[in-house]
Amino acid sequence: MIERWQKLRYDRRAAWAAYIALGLLLVLLPFLTGETLGRGWVRILDFTLLYIMLALGLNIVVGYAGLLDLGYIAFYAVGAYTYALLASPHFDLHLPFWALLPIGAGVAGIFGILLGAPTLRLRGDYLAIVTLGFGEIIRIFLTNLNAPVNITNGPQGINLIDPVAFGSFSFSETHTFFGITFPGIYTYYYLFLTLALLVIFVSLRLQNSRIGRAWVAIREDEVAAEAMGINTRNIKLLAFAMGASFAGISGGLFAGFQGFISPESFNLFESIIVLCMIVLGGMGNIGGVILGAVLLTVFPEALRYLGELQSFVFGRLLVDATDLRMLIFGLALVLIMIFRPAGLLPSVRRRHEFDSDASVLAQEQTSLYDTRR
Amino acid sequence: MDILTQQLINGLVLGSIYALVALGYTMVYGILELINFAHGEVTMFGAMICLAVIGAIVSSGAEVNGLLIVSLGLLAAMAVCGALGFLIERVAYRPLRRAPRLAALITAIGMSIVLQNAAMLIWGKQYITFPPLLPLARYDIGGAVITNLQIFIVLLSCLLMAGLLLLIRHTRLGRAMRATAQAQDIAGLMGINVNTIISITFVIGAALAAVAGVMVSAYYGLAHYFMGFMLGLKAFTAAVLGGIGNIAGAMLGGLLLGLIESFGAGYIGALTGGFLGSHYQDVFAFFVLILVLVIRPSGLLGERVVERA
Repeated sequence: MIERWQKLRYDRRAAWAAYIALGLLLVLLPFLTGETLGRGWVRILDFTLLYIMLALGLNIVVGYAGLLDLGYIAFYAVGAYTYALLASPHFDLHLPFWALLPIGAGVAGIFGILLGAPTLRLRGDYLAIVTLGFGEIIRIFLTNLNAPVNITNGPQGINLIDPVAFGSFSFSETHTFFGITFPGIYTYYYLFLTLALLVIFVSLRLQNSRIGRAWVAIREDEVAAEAMGINTRNIKLLAFAMGASFAGISGGLFAGFQGFISPESFNLFESIIVLCMIVLGGMGNIGGVILGAVLLTVFPEALRYLGELQSFVFGRLLVDATDLRMLIFGLALVLIMIFRPAGLLPSVRRRHEFDSDASVLAQEQTSLYDTRR
Repeated sequence: MDILTQQLINGLVLGSIYALVALGYTMVYGILELINFAHGEVTMFGAMICLAVIGAIVSSGAEVNGLLIVSLGLLAAMAVCGALGFLIERVAYRPLRRAPRLAALITAIGMSIVLQNAAMLIWGKQYITFPPLLPLARYDIGGAVITNLQIFIVLLSCLLMAGLLLLIRHTRLGRAMRATAQAQDIAGLMGINVNTIISITFVIGAALAAVAGVMVSAYYGLAHYFMGFMLGLKAFTAAVLGGIGNIAGAMLGGLLLGLIESFGAGYIGALTGGFLGSHYQDVFAFFVLILVLVIRPSGLLGERVVERA
């Protein structure tokens, strides 16, 4: 299967045809989905694109640099709150979008460095728990910073956030071009698609850049990397900052798209789900990460139809679909990992590791999140 | 002064519960280097099973002593959770023993989600109250109040921890566990059945978690399908604080975290001049954790992680 794909890749004409078909599909997707499955699913598409950006950001930290981050959603929260505070009636600030996006990315990046700097010496699981704690700290502060000075409006969250807009063109309104009507969720789709493609492009370019190779070197062996002249401190901080700024961007988009945010959207479970996306899809491999993000966003939504499926098969509703949903989701995580421990689409480097002898693998396995010694 | 004593008592009670749960994390980590994310859920199952057994006995109308009922519930919880721990290891972790560690982490998360939702389907979403079967007595110590339940929790925890330490340090089984933790392959060569040892580790950890779960639900008078998540998180934090993989470290970390939380909740307002209230107690706990790890990157009692040469 994979070999056949690779052969296809070397066939230039077939590759171009495939890219064009994919491009057309992506352009038409909201209309196809909207007509067949309903508008609700276009919204899910929008969220899928947001999660792709988020997952690609985490992929830099965990997949490239091998730093296990369990509090990643904090940066998403920082981005979202930065956007919300600067573009809502809460402080009566209404900055334009082109200013908000870089500010959100920047602020999130600074938080990334704030987390990264004190934890440079930590390895593996110790880093995991500190990042987890950091995520919780951010969430608790967001929940409680409504007194004595009201900054975040506490658990109620922030309402009436300005939608994403270029000048007078608001993405949340319905527009008509060439006689075709584009509801808000459709225009958002194209915006998110463009930005997601940009993020994918940046990720791809980073992968084989000097920095990207330095990250992989640190992941594989930090001491050896340092001996090769890599400034491990700066490169690790850069991974944190970059990953965080990706999350900051998606967070800002999330705030503008939703129009409402509250601390509840940024709990630990979200961090875990994003981590699941990249591990499930195949860490370090951009295609895998995208696949993971798509699957883990769409699959839980598709499971909402379990109720109808039950009525169809058994003639009545046995268990409430929303209750059954997460159970099946958890089972799927376990099963996929058992049958494909390197993820659905493992990165080339990792696939080599898996093809090698099992006993060698046992020693090689230190390279994952390990960083053991 | 009386507030100080009271916070000390509360902290010790909470801390000994954390310590019991943290032991499960640290034992599994010591052997498999795996964060057993499902461990908090095992704790929740312990509470739920105990309550189900108690409920069944009470509703059967049998005239039995309250203490006996609770003990029966506790034993049932330990047995079921032990089996559950065994099953989790067998289904979710054993197939991945040679796989990348992050894969096992994801199955652990998956198991945690499965258990949580299974509990929700079995016992429902509502809070279940712990029936008042035990006669409650309050004692006055220098202005602070301590209940017999609190004394019992601390004593039982200490007893179990002492038992575990004895088991690990002075029995054949304990030696086999230590050997497996140190070098799995070599332990196998020395005639230790590594798979059995790992299973036993999971069973012991799960049984301790069950006790902790029962304690928590008795202490707060409530149980809920979601209770394992936060408890597990705190216990894991405690295990890391003490140095994960180190048994004594987990106990120390648990007790410390309990004390930090309780003192944090009591004094954080005074410390920050009223700027931060008691709802920042979790921030305080995590902040201390980060501070400790920055100074000692492998926890309080953890071995220094040697850089790979």
